[in-house]
Amino acid sequence: MTGVLRRLGLALGLPIVLLAAWWFASANSTDFFFPPLSEILQSLVEEWFGPRLAADVVPSVLRLAAGYALAVVVSISLGVLIGTSRTVRGLLEPVLEFFRAIPPPVLVPIFMLLFGIGDGMKVVVIAFGCMWPILLNTVEGVRAVDTVLSDTARTYGITGAARLRTLVLPAASPQIFAGLRQGLSVAIILMVISELFAASNGLGFAVVQAQRSFAIAETWAGMLMLGLLGFLLALLFRVVENRQLRWYHGLRRAQRSS
Amino acid sequence: MLDVRGIKKVYESKDRTVEAVRDLTFTLQAGELACLVGPSGCGKTTLLKIMSGLLEPTSGEVLLEGKRVEGPPPGMAVVFQEYGRSLFPWMTVRENVELPLKQKKLAAARRTELVEESLAAVGLAEAHAAYPWQLSGGMQQRVAIARAVAYEPHVLLMDEPFAAVDAQTRADLEDLIRDLWHKFQVTTLFVTHDIDEAVYLGQRVLILSNSPTVIRDDLAVDLPDQRDQLTTRSSPRFAELRARVYEQIHRAKTPAAEPVGAGATALPTSADHGSTEF
Repeated sequence: MTGVLRRLGLALGLPIVLLAAWWFASANSTDFFFPPLSEILQSLVEEWFGPRLAADVVPSVLRLAAGYALAVVVSISLGVLIGTSRTVRGLLEPVLEFFRAIPPPVLVPIFMLLFGIGDGMKVVVIAFGCMWPILLNTVEGVRAVDTVLSDTARTYGITGAARLRTLVLPAASPQIFAGLRQGLSVAIILMVISELFAASNGLGFAVVQAQRSFAIAETWAGMLMLGLLGFLLALLFRVVENRQLRWYHGLRRAQRSS
Repeated sequence: MLDVRGIKKVYESKDRTVEAVRDLTFTLQAGELACLVGPSGCGKTTLLKIMSGLLEPTSGEVLLEGKRVEGPPPGMAVVFQEYGRSLFPWMTVRENVELPLKQKKLAAARRTELVEESLAAVGLAEAHAAYPWQLSGGMQQRVAIARAVAYEPHVLLMDEPFAAVDAQTRADLEDLIRDLWHKFQVTTLFVTHDIDEAVYLGQRVLILSNSPTVIRDDLAVDLPDQRDQLTTRSSPRFAELRARVYEQIHRAKTPAAEPVGAGATALPTSADHGSTEF
Protein backbone atom coordinates (compact mmCIF):
# COMPACT_ATOMS: atom_id res chain seq x y z
CA MET A 1 0.00 0.00 0.00
CA THR A 2 2.75 2.44 0.97
CA GLY A 3 4.58 1.30 -2.18
CA VAL A 4 1.64 2.30 -4.35
CA LEU A 5 1.36 5.67 -2.60
CA ARG A 6 5.07 6.23 -3.02
CA ARG A 7 4.95 5.48 -6.74
CA LEU A 8 1.87 7.65 -7.17
CA GLY A 9 3.63 10.47 -5.33
CA LEU A 10 6.69 10.11 -7.55
CA ALA A 11 4.61 10.07 -10.72
CA LEU A 12 2.40 13.02 -9.78
CA GLY A 13 5.03 15.10 -7.96
CA LEU A 14 6.61 16.91 -10.87
CA PRO A 15 3.38 17.60 -12.82
CA ILE A 16 1.88 19.16 -9.67
CA VAL A 17 4.98 21.32 -9.13
CA LEU A 18 4.97 22.43 -12.77
CA LEU A 19 1.27 23.28 -12.73
CA ALA A 20 1.68 25.19 -9.47
CA ALA A 21 4.64 27.14 -10.89
CA TRP A 22 2.63 27.96 -14.01
CA TRP A 23 -0.39 28.92 -11.92
CA PHE A 24 1.50 31.38 -9.69
CA ALA A 25 3.78 32.74 -12.39
CA SER A 26 0.83 33.55 -14.64
CA ALA A 27 -1.68 34.51 -11.94
CA ASN A 28 -1.30 38.25 -12.36
CA SER A 29 -0.30 38.16 -16.01
CA THR A 30 -1.66 40.97 -18.09
CA ASP A 31 0.23 39.85 -21.19
CA PHE A 32 -2.36 39.17 -23.87
CA PHE A 33 -0.49 36.12 -25.17
CA PHE A 34 0.17 34.56 -21.75
CA PRO A 35 -3.19 34.53 -19.98
CA PRO A 36 -3.39 33.27 -16.37
CA LEU A 37 -3.61 29.46 -16.04
CA SER A 38 -6.95 29.91 -14.29
CA GLU A 39 -8.40 31.37 -17.50
CA ILE A 40 -6.87 28.59 -19.59
CA LEU A 41 -8.29 25.89 -17.32
CA GLN A 42 -11.66 27.59 -17.33
CA SER A 43 -11.63 27.51 -21.12
CA LEU A 44 -10.51 23.87 -21.06
CA VAL A 45 -13.48 22.89 -18.93
CA GLU A 46 -16.06 25.16 -20.52
CA GLU A 47 -15.07 24.88 -24.16
CA TRP A 48 -13.06 21.69 -24.69
CA PHE A 49 -14.98 19.55 -22.26
CA GLY A 50 -18.13 21.45 -23.23
CA PRO A 51 -19.54 21.88 -26.74
CA ARG A 52 -16.17 21.27 -28.44
CA LEU A 53 -15.93 17.72 -27.07
CA ALA A 54 -18.62 16.42 -29.38
CA ALA A 55 -18.00 18.96 -32.15
CA ASP A 56 -14.20 18.64 -32.47
CA VAL A 57 -12.58 16.14 -30.14
CA VAL A 58 -14.79 13.17 -31.00
CA PRO A 59 -14.47 13.58 -34.82
CA SER A 60 -10.68 13.87 -34.43
CA VAL A 61 -10.46 10.75 -32.31
CA LEU A 62 -12.70 8.81 -34.70
CA ARG A 63 -10.51 9.73 -37.68
CA LEU A 64 -7.43 8.84 -35.65
CA ALA A 65 -8.93 5.46 -34.76
CA ALA A 66 -9.93 4.75 -38.36
CA GLY A 67 -6.55 5.77 -39.79
CA TYR A 68 -4.61 3.86 -37.16
CA ALA A 69 -6.75 0.74 -37.58
CA LEU A 70 -6.29 0.87 -41.35
CA ALA A 71 -2.52 1.21 -40.93
CA VAL A 72 -2.39 -1.67 -38.44
CA VAL A 73 -4.29 -4.07 -40.69
CA VAL A 74 -2.39 -3.13 -43.87
CA SER A 75 1.05 -2.99 -42.25
CA ILE A 76 0.82 -6.24 -40.34
CA SER A 77 -0.56 -8.20 -43.32
CA LEU A 78 2.00 -6.70 -45.68
CA GLY A 79 4.76 -7.08 -43.10
CA VAL A 80 4.04 -10.80 -42.65
CA LEU A 81 4.08 -11.26 -46.42
CA ILE A 82 7.35 -9.36 -46.89
CA GLY A 83 8.97 -10.99 -43.88
CA THR A 84 8.10 -14.49 -45.04
CA SER A 85 8.97 -14.29 -48.72
CA ARG A 86 12.39 -13.32 -49.96
CA THR A 87 10.98 -12.65 -53.43
CA VAL A 88 8.30 -10.27 -52.20
CA ARG A 89 10.89 -8.53 -50.04
CA GLY A 90 13.27 -8.04 -52.98
CA LEU A 91 10.42 -6.77 -55.12
CA LEU A 92 8.84 -4.33 -52.67
CA GLU A 93 11.71 -3.04 -50.57
CA PRO A 94 13.03 -0.31 -52.93
CA VAL A 95 9.53 1.01 -53.59
CA LEU A 96 8.69 1.03 -49.89
CA GLU A 97 11.93 2.82 -49.04
CA PHE A 98 10.91 5.54 -51.49
CA PHE A 99 7.40 5.96 -50.09
CA ARG A 100 8.75 5.94 -46.56
CA ALA A 101 11.08 8.82 -47.41
CA ILE A 102 8.17 11.09 -48.35
CA PRO A 103 7.17 13.27 -45.37
CA PRO A 104 3.45 12.52 -44.91
CA PRO A 105 2.32 16.19 -44.54
CA VAL A 106 3.46 16.79 -48.14
CA LEU A 107 0.89 14.22 -49.19
CA VAL A 108 -2.02 16.22 -47.84
CA PRO A 109 -2.36 18.37 -51.00
CA ILE A 110 -2.09 15.30 -53.23
CA PHE A 111 -4.52 13.26 -51.17
CA MET A 112 -6.92 16.23 -51.20
CA LEU A 113 -6.99 15.95 -54.99
CA LEU A 114 -7.42 12.18 -54.86
CA PHE A 115 -9.74 11.70 -51.90
CA GLY A 116 -11.42 15.11 -51.59
CA ILE A 117 -11.36 17.23 -48.46
CA GLY A 118 -13.56 15.03 -46.29
CA ASP A 119 -12.79 12.49 -43.60
CA GLY A 120 -11.49 9.98 -46.18
CA MET A 121 -8.49 12.14 -47.00
CA LYS A 122 -7.61 12.66 -43.34
CA VAL A 123 -7.92 8.96 -42.53
CA VAL A 124 -5.65 8.09 -45.47
CA VAL A 125 -3.03 10.67 -44.43
CA ILE A 126 -2.97 9.29 -40.89
CA ALA A 127 -2.79 5.70 -42.13
CA PHE A 128 -0.09 6.44 -44.68
CA GLY A 129 2.12 8.21 -42.17
CA CYS A 130 1.90 5.81 -39.27
CA MET A 131 2.11 2.56 -41.25
CA TRP A 132 5.90 2.64 -41.74
CA PRO A 133 7.16 1.94 -38.25
CA ILE A 134 4.53 -0.80 -37.92
CA LEU A 135 5.41 -2.33 -41.29
CA LEU A 136 9.17 -2.29 -40.80
CA ASN A 137 9.00 -3.69 -37.29
CA THR A 138 6.63 -6.44 -38.41
CA VAL A 139 9.01 -7.42 -41.23
CA GLU A 140 11.94 -7.59 -38.82
CA GLY A 141 9.95 -9.52 -36.23
CA VAL A 142 8.71 -12.06 -38.76
CA ARG A 143 12.17 -12.55 -40.21
CA ALA A 144 13.65 -13.16 -36.77
CA VAL A 145 11.41 -16.13 -35.88
CA ASP A 146 13.67 -18.64 -34.13
CA THR A 147 14.83 -21.46 -36.41
CA VAL A 148 14.49 -24.16 -33.74
CA LEU A 149 10.95 -23.03 -32.95
CA SER A 150 10.19 -23.01 -36.65
CA ASP A 151 11.59 -26.55 -37.07
CA THR A 152 9.58 -27.68 -34.05
CA ALA A 153 6.39 -26.34 -35.60
CA ARG A 154 7.17 -28.08 -38.88
CA THR A 155 7.83 -31.46 -37.30
CA TYR A 156 4.42 -31.26 -35.61
CA GLY A 157 2.75 -30.42 -38.90
CA ILE A 158 1.95 -26.84 -37.89
CA THR A 159 1.88 -25.01 -41.22
CA GLY A 160 -0.12 -22.37 -43.05
CA ALA A 161 -2.69 -20.41 -41.07
CA ALA A 162 -1.99 -22.33 -37.85
CA ARG A 163 1.70 -21.46 -38.15
CA LEU A 164 0.84 -17.80 -38.60
CA ARG A 165 -1.49 -17.77 -35.61
CA THR A 166 0.50 -19.89 -33.15
CA LEU A 167 4.09 -19.15 -34.21
CA VAL A 168 4.78 -16.19 -36.49
CA LEU A 169 2.52 -13.52 -35.01
CA PRO A 170 3.24 -14.27 -31.34
CA ALA A 171 6.98 -14.54 -32.04
CA ALA A 172 6.96 -11.20 -33.83
CA SER A 173 4.61 -9.52 -31.35
CA PRO A 174 7.27 -7.77 -29.21
CA GLN A 175 8.62 -6.10 -32.36
CA ILE A 176 5.15 -5.43 -33.71
CA PHE A 177 4.21 -3.66 -30.47
CA ALA A 178 7.33 -1.51 -30.67
CA GLY A 179 6.18 -0.45 -34.13
CA LEU A 180 2.61 0.10 -32.97
CA ARG A 181 3.80 2.42 -30.22
CA GLN A 182 5.85 4.55 -32.62
CA GLY A 183 3.00 4.48 -35.12
CA LEU A 184 0.57 5.80 -32.52
CA SER A 185 2.59 8.95 -31.84
CA VAL A 186 2.98 9.58 -35.58
CA ALA A 187 -0.78 9.08 -35.99
CA ILE A 188 -1.57 11.74 -33.39
CA ILE A 189 0.73 14.24 -35.08
CA LEU A 190 -0.86 13.54 -38.44
CA MET A 191 -4.34 13.75 -37.01
CA VAL A 192 -3.62 17.39 -36.12
CA ILE A 193 -1.76 18.17 -39.34
CA SER A 194 -4.47 16.72 -41.56
CA GLU A 195 -6.97 19.04 -39.89
CA LEU A 196 -4.96 22.17 -40.56
CA PHE A 197 -6.00 22.11 -44.20
CA ALA A 198 -9.52 22.26 -45.50
CA ALA A 199 -11.23 21.06 -42.36
CA SER A 200 -14.47 22.12 -40.76
CA ASN A 201 -13.99 20.42 -37.40
CA GLY A 202 -11.40 18.60 -35.32
CA LEU A 203 -8.80 19.41 -32.69
CA GLY A 204 -6.23 20.80 -35.12
CA PHE A 205 -8.85 22.90 -36.90
CA ALA A 206 -10.28 24.27 -33.64
CA VAL A 207 -6.87 25.21 -32.21
CA VAL A 208 -5.90 27.11 -35.35
CA GLN A 209 -9.32 28.79 -35.49
CA ALA A 210 -9.06 29.87 -31.85
CA GLN A 211 -5.60 31.32 -32.52
CA ARG A 212 -6.77 33.18 -35.62
CA SER A 213 -9.69 34.71 -33.75
CA PHE A 214 -7.38 35.71 -30.85
CA ALA A 215 -9.10 33.39 -28.38
CA ILE A 216 -5.73 32.94 -26.69
CA ALA A 217 -6.86 31.07 -23.57
CA GLU A 218 -8.74 28.63 -25.77
CA THR A 219 -5.65 28.09 -27.93
CA TRP A 220 -3.57 27.24 -24.87
CA ALA A 221 -6.34 25.01 -23.60
CA GLY A 222 -6.42 23.21 -26.96
CA MET A 223 -2.75 22.41 -26.54
CA LEU A 224 -3.44 21.00 -23.08
CA MET A 225 -6.30 18.97 -24.53
CA LEU A 226 -4.02 17.45 -27.16
CA GLY A 227 -1.43 16.66 -24.51
CA LEU A 228 -4.08 14.98 -22.38
CA LEU A 229 -5.39 12.99 -25.33
CA GLY A 230 -1.89 11.77 -26.25
CA PHE A 231 -1.20 10.88 -22.65
CA LEU A 232 -4.44 8.91 -22.31
CA LEU A 233 -3.86 7.01 -25.54
CA ALA A 234 -0.30 6.13 -24.49
CA LEU A 235 -1.64 4.89 -21.16
CA LEU A 236 -4.28 2.78 -22.87
CA PHE A 237 -1.61 1.39 -25.20
CA ARG A 238 0.57 0.43 -22.25
CA VAL A 239 -2.28 -1.50 -20.65
CA VAL A 240 -2.94 -3.47 -23.84
CA GLU A 241 0.76 -4.08 -24.44
CA ASN A 242 1.44 -5.29 -20.91
CA ARG A 243 -1.41 -7.72 -21.24
CA GLN A 244 -0.35 -9.08 -24.63
CA LEU A 245 3.37 -9.24 -23.89
CA ARG A 246 3.22 -10.53 -20.35
CA TRP A 247 5.03 -13.69 -21.49
CA TYR A 248 7.76 -11.63 -23.14
CA HIS A 249 8.47 -9.46 -20.11
CA GLY A 250 8.52 -12.60 -17.93
CA LEU A 251 10.88 -14.34 -20.35
CA ARG A 252 13.23 -11.33 -20.38
CA ARG A 253 13.24 -11.19 -16.59
CA ALA A 254 14.00 -14.92 -16.41
CA GLN A 255 16.84 -14.56 -18.91
CA ARG A 256 18.34 -11.62 -17.03
CA SER A 257 18.31 -13.32 -13.67
CA SER A 258 19.89 -16.56 -14.92
CA MET B 1 10.24 -49.62 -39.36
CA LEU B 2 12.63 -46.78 -40.12
CA ASP B 3 15.01 -47.35 -43.03
CA VAL B 4 17.85 -45.02 -43.78
CA ARG B 5 19.24 -45.88 -47.18
CA GLY B 6 22.43 -44.49 -48.66
CA ILE B 7 21.95 -40.99 -47.28
CA LYS B 8 24.45 -38.49 -48.62
CA LYS B 9 24.45 -34.77 -47.97
CA VAL B 10 26.73 -32.30 -49.69
CA TYR B 11 26.58 -28.62 -48.83
CA GLU B 12 27.57 -26.45 -51.74
CA SER B 13 28.57 -22.86 -51.32
CA LYS B 14 30.34 -20.44 -53.64
CA ASP B 15 33.90 -21.40 -52.94
CA ARG B 16 33.75 -24.76 -51.28
CA THR B 17 31.84 -27.97 -51.25
CA VAL B 18 31.45 -29.78 -47.97
CA GLU B 19 30.43 -33.39 -47.83
CA ALA B 20 28.77 -33.62 -44.43
CA VAL B 21 27.37 -37.13 -44.73
CA ARG B 22 28.83 -39.59 -47.21
CA ASP B 23 26.84 -42.79 -47.15
CA LEU B 24 24.63 -43.84 -44.27
CA THR B 25 22.52 -46.94 -44.21
CA PHE B 26 20.83 -48.49 -41.21
CA THR B 27 17.45 -49.78 -40.08
CA LEU B 28 15.56 -49.30 -36.85
CA GLN B 29 13.28 -52.14 -35.77
CA ALA B 30 9.85 -51.37 -34.33
CA GLY B 31 10.05 -50.77 -30.59
CA GLU B 32 13.81 -50.43 -30.57
CA LEU B 33 15.78 -47.91 -28.51
CA ALA B 34 18.95 -47.14 -30.44
CA CYS B 35 21.64 -44.59 -29.77
CA LEU B 36 23.61 -42.85 -32.44
CA VAL B 37 26.97 -41.66 -31.23
CA GLY B 38 29.75 -39.88 -33.05
CA PRO B 39 32.46 -37.27 -32.60
CA SER B 40 31.24 -33.69 -32.43
CA GLY B 41 30.81 -32.07 -35.81
CA CYS B 42 30.31 -35.42 -37.55
CA GLY B 43 27.00 -34.56 -39.15
CA LYS B 44 24.68 -36.02 -36.50
CA THR B 45 22.38 -33.03 -36.67
CA THR B 46 22.39 -33.07 -40.46
CA LEU B 47 21.39 -36.73 -40.42
CA LEU B 48 18.64 -36.09 -37.90
CA LYS B 49 17.25 -33.23 -39.91
CA ILE B 50 17.17 -35.42 -43.01
CA MET B 51 15.45 -38.23 -41.10
CA SER B 52 12.82 -35.85 -39.76
CA GLY B 53 12.12 -34.45 -43.21
CA LEU B 54 13.42 -30.96 -42.41
CA LEU B 55 16.28 -31.26 -44.88
CA GLU B 56 16.54 -32.85 -48.32
CA PRO B 57 19.36 -35.37 -48.72
CA THR B 58 21.61 -34.97 -51.76
CA SER B 59 20.99 -38.63 -52.50
CA GLY B 60 19.52 -41.65 -50.75
CA GLU B 61 16.21 -41.92 -48.98
CA VAL B 62 14.55 -42.38 -45.61
CA LEU B 63 11.57 -44.70 -45.33
CA LEU B 64 9.21 -44.58 -42.37
CA GLU B 65 6.99 -47.68 -42.28
CA GLY B 66 7.72 -48.20 -45.96
CA LYS B 67 6.79 -44.66 -46.97
CA ARG B 68 9.39 -42.28 -48.29
CA VAL B 69 9.99 -39.24 -46.06
CA GLU B 70 9.56 -36.07 -48.10
CA GLY B 71 8.59 -33.62 -45.39
CA PRO B 72 8.05 -33.99 -41.67
CA PRO B 73 6.07 -37.25 -41.46
CA PRO B 74 2.96 -37.32 -39.24
CA GLY B 75 4.11 -40.34 -37.23
CA MET B 76 7.32 -38.77 -35.98
CA ALA B 77 8.23 -36.49 -33.10
CA VAL B 78 11.56 -34.76 -32.57
CA VAL B 79 13.11 -33.47 -29.35
CA PHE B 80 15.77 -30.85 -29.98
CA GLN B 81 18.82 -30.02 -27.93
CA GLU B 82 17.86 -26.38 -27.44
CA TYR B 83 14.93 -26.82 -25.06
CA GLY B 84 14.84 -23.06 -24.47
CA ARG B 85 14.14 -22.49 -28.14
CA SER B 86 11.83 -25.38 -28.91
CA LEU B 87 9.01 -24.51 -26.48
CA PHE B 88 6.64 -21.68 -27.31
CA PRO B 89 7.33 -19.06 -24.63
CA TRP B 90 3.92 -17.41 -25.08
CA MET B 91 2.13 -20.63 -24.20
CA THR B 92 1.80 -22.38 -20.87
CA VAL B 93 3.18 -25.88 -20.39
CA ARG B 94 -0.27 -27.34 -21.02
CA GLU B 95 -0.78 -25.31 -24.19
CA ASN B 96 2.64 -26.32 -25.48
CA VAL B 97 1.87 -30.00 -25.07
CA GLU B 98 -1.65 -29.62 -26.43
CA LEU B 99 -0.81 -27.59 -29.55
CA PRO B 100 0.33 -30.51 -31.77
CA LEU B 101 -2.72 -32.49 -30.63
CA LYS B 102 -5.01 -29.67 -31.71
CA GLN B 103 -3.21 -29.66 -35.03
CA LYS B 104 -3.93 -33.40 -35.25
CA LYS B 105 -7.63 -32.51 -34.73
CA LEU B 106 -8.06 -34.76 -31.70
CA ALA B 107 -11.22 -34.31 -29.62
CA ALA B 108 -10.89 -32.13 -26.54
CA ALA B 109 -11.45 -35.00 -24.10
CA ARG B 110 -8.73 -37.10 -25.73
CA ARG B 111 -6.36 -34.12 -25.74
CA THR B 112 -6.85 -33.53 -22.03
CA GLU B 113 -6.24 -37.20 -21.36
CA LEU B 114 -3.00 -37.25 -23.38
CA VAL B 115 -1.69 -33.98 -21.91
CA GLU B 116 -2.33 -35.15 -18.36
CA GLU B 117 -0.89 -38.60 -18.93
CA SER B 118 2.29 -37.35 -20.59
CA LEU B 119 2.96 -34.54 -18.12
CA ALA B 120 2.46 -36.97 -15.25
CA ALA B 121 4.83 -39.42 -16.95
CA VAL B 122 7.63 -36.86 -17.02
CA GLY B 123 6.94 -35.80 -13.42
CA LEU B 124 5.37 -32.43 -14.19
CA ALA B 125 1.76 -33.10 -13.20
CA GLU B 126 1.76 -29.88 -11.15
CA ALA B 127 3.22 -27.54 -13.77
CA HIS B 128 0.34 -27.26 -16.27
CA ALA B 129 -0.26 -23.55 -15.82
CA ALA B 130 3.39 -22.45 -15.68
CA TYR B 131 5.18 -20.84 -18.58
CA PRO B 132 8.29 -22.69 -19.85
CA TRP B 133 10.62 -19.85 -18.83
CA GLN B 134 9.45 -20.20 -15.24
CA LEU B 135 10.96 -23.71 -15.16
CA SER B 136 14.55 -24.93 -14.88
CA GLY B 137 16.36 -26.21 -17.97
CA GLY B 138 15.83 -29.85 -17.05
CA MET B 139 12.12 -29.27 -16.49
CA GLN B 140 11.81 -27.45 -19.81
CA GLN B 141 13.31 -30.45 -21.57
CA ARG B 142 10.82 -32.65 -19.71
CA VAL B 143 8.01 -30.53 -21.18
CA ALA B 144 9.46 -30.98 -24.67
CA ILE B 145 9.64 -34.74 -24.06
CA ALA B 146 6.06 -34.80 -22.75
CA ARG B 147 4.92 -32.95 -25.86
CA ALA B 148 6.66 -35.54 -28.05
CA VAL B 149 5.18 -38.47 -26.11
CA ALA B 150 1.65 -36.99 -26.07
CA TYR B 151 1.83 -36.78 -29.87
CA GLU B 152 1.83 -40.62 -29.88
CA PRO B 153 4.57 -40.86 -32.50
CA HIS B 154 5.61 -44.11 -34.13
CA VAL B 155 9.19 -42.91 -34.05
CA LEU B 156 10.79 -40.53 -31.58
CA LEU B 157 14.02 -38.80 -32.59
CA MET B 158 16.10 -37.02 -29.99
CA ASP B 159 18.96 -34.73 -30.95
CA GLU B 160 21.42 -34.52 -28.04
CA PRO B 161 18.55 -33.57 -25.76
CA PHE B 162 20.63 -33.49 -22.56
CA ALA B 163 23.75 -31.77 -23.85
CA ALA B 164 22.83 -28.50 -22.19
CA VAL B 165 21.70 -29.66 -18.73
CA ASP B 166 23.79 -30.33 -15.63
CA ALA B 167 25.10 -33.80 -14.78
CA GLN B 168 22.60 -34.65 -12.02
CA THR B 169 19.60 -33.58 -14.11
CA ARG B 170 21.06 -35.46 -17.00
CA ALA B 171 21.18 -38.75 -15.08
CA ASP B 172 17.53 -38.27 -14.03
CA LEU B 173 16.48 -37.53 -17.59
CA GLU B 174 18.33 -40.60 -18.90
CA ASP B 175 16.35 -42.79 -16.52
CA LEU B 176 13.20 -40.96 -17.59
CA ILE B 177 13.88 -41.90 -21.22
CA ARG B 178 14.28 -45.58 -20.28
CA ASP B 179 11.04 -45.44 -18.25
CA LEU B 180 9.08 -43.75 -21.02
CA TRP B 181 10.39 -46.20 -23.54
CA HIS B 182 9.26 -49.14 -21.36
CA LYS B 183 5.90 -47.51 -20.77
CA PHE B 184 5.01 -46.34 -24.29
CA GLN B 185 7.08 -48.81 -26.38
CA VAL B 186 7.87 -46.16 -28.95
CA THR B 187 10.72 -46.70 -31.40
CA THR B 188 13.40 -44.25 -30.33
CA LEU B 189 16.59 -42.96 -31.90
CA PHE B 190 18.71 -41.04 -29.44
CA VAL B 191 21.56 -38.98 -30.85
CA THR B 192 24.40 -38.05 -28.52
CA HIS B 193 28.10 -37.35 -28.44
CA ASP B 194 28.38 -38.85 -24.96
CA ILE B 195 29.66 -42.44 -25.08
CA ASP B 196 28.52 -43.36 -21.56
CA GLU B 197 25.07 -42.02 -22.25
CA ALA B 198 24.81 -44.01 -25.49
CA VAL B 199 25.81 -47.28 -23.83
CA TYR B 200 23.66 -46.69 -20.76
CA LEU B 201 20.51 -45.87 -22.72
CA GLY B 202 20.57 -47.99 -25.83
CA GLN B 203 19.76 -51.53 -26.77
CA ARG B 204 22.02 -50.82 -29.66
CA VAL B 205 24.67 -48.23 -30.39
CA LEU B 206 25.41 -47.00 -33.89
CA ILE B 207 28.84 -45.40 -34.11
CA LEU B 208 29.44 -42.73 -36.72
CA SER B 209 32.77 -41.82 -38.25
CA ASN B 210 34.09 -38.33 -38.52
CA SER B 211 32.77 -36.23 -41.39
CA PRO B 212 32.18 -37.18 -44.19
CA THR B 213 30.12 -39.56 -42.15
CA VAL B 214 29.63 -43.27 -42.51
CA ILE B 215 28.56 -45.91 -39.95
CA ARG B 216 31.67 -47.35 -38.32
CA ASP B 217 30.10 -49.89 -36.08
CA ASP B 218 26.71 -51.23 -35.04
CA LEU B 219 26.94 -52.60 -31.54
CA ALA B 220 24.30 -54.55 -29.61
CA VAL B 221 24.24 -53.55 -25.94
CA ASP B 222 23.71 -56.74 -23.98
CA LEU B 223 23.27 -55.09 -20.59
CA PRO B 224 20.25 -56.19 -18.52
CA ASP B 225 17.02 -54.41 -19.36
CA GLN B 226 16.59 -52.93 -15.87
CA ARG B 227 19.34 -50.37 -15.62
CA ASP B 228 20.27 -47.93 -12.92
CA GLN B 229 22.88 -45.26 -12.76
CA LEU B 230 24.92 -46.90 -10.01
CA THR B 231 25.11 -50.64 -10.72
CA THR B 232 24.87 -50.54 -14.51
CA ARG B 233 27.55 -47.95 -14.89
CA SER B 234 29.93 -49.80 -12.56
CA SER B 235 29.41 -53.24 -14.14
CA PRO B 236 32.38 -54.79 -16.02
CA ARG B 237 30.27 -55.31 -19.15
CA PHE B 238 29.42 -51.58 -19.23
CA ALA B 239 33.14 -50.78 -19.06
CA GLU B 240 33.88 -53.20 -21.93
CA LEU B 241 31.18 -51.78 -24.17
CA ARG B 242 32.18 -48.25 -23.31
CA ALA B 243 35.81 -49.04 -24.15
CA ARG B 244 34.81 -50.50 -27.48
CA VAL B 245 32.74 -47.48 -28.47
CA TYR B 246 35.47 -45.16 -27.25
CA GLU B 247 38.06 -46.95 -29.34
CA GLN B 248 35.91 -46.73 -32.47
CA ILE B 249 35.25 -43.04 -31.95
CA HIS B 250 38.89 -42.38 -31.25
CA ARG B 251 39.87 -44.15 -34.44
CA ALA B 252 37.17 -42.27 -36.29
CA LYS B 253 38.74 -39.01 -35.22
CA THR B 254 42.17 -39.89 -36.62
CA PRO B 255 41.75 -41.41 -40.08
CA ALA B 256 44.93 -42.88 -41.61
CA ALA B 257 46.07 -40.46 -44.30
CA GLU B 258 43.31 -37.92 -44.75
CA PRO B 259 43.92 -34.51 -43.23
CA VAL B 260 40.85 -33.44 -41.25
CA GLY B 261 39.65 -29.89 -40.71
CA ALA B 262 37.70 -28.50 -37.80
CA GLY B 263 34.42 -30.15 -38.67
CA ALA B 264 34.29 -31.22 -42.25
CA THR B 265 36.57 -32.05 -45.12
CA ALA B 266 36.66 -29.60 -47.97
CA LEU B 267 36.64 -31.09 -51.41
CA PRO B 268 37.91 -29.39 -54.53
CA THR B 269 35.05 -27.43 -56.05
CA SER B 270 33.81 -27.73 -59.58
CA ALA B 271 35.39 -24.35 -60.33
CA ASP B 272 38.78 -25.86 -59.53
CA HIS B 273 38.12 -28.72 -61.92
CA GLY B 274 37.22 -26.22 -64.59
CA SER B 275 40.45 -24.36 -64.29
CA THR B 276 42.56 -27.51 -64.72
CA GLU B 277 41.12 -28.02 -68.18
CA PHE B 278 42.98 -25.08 -69.63
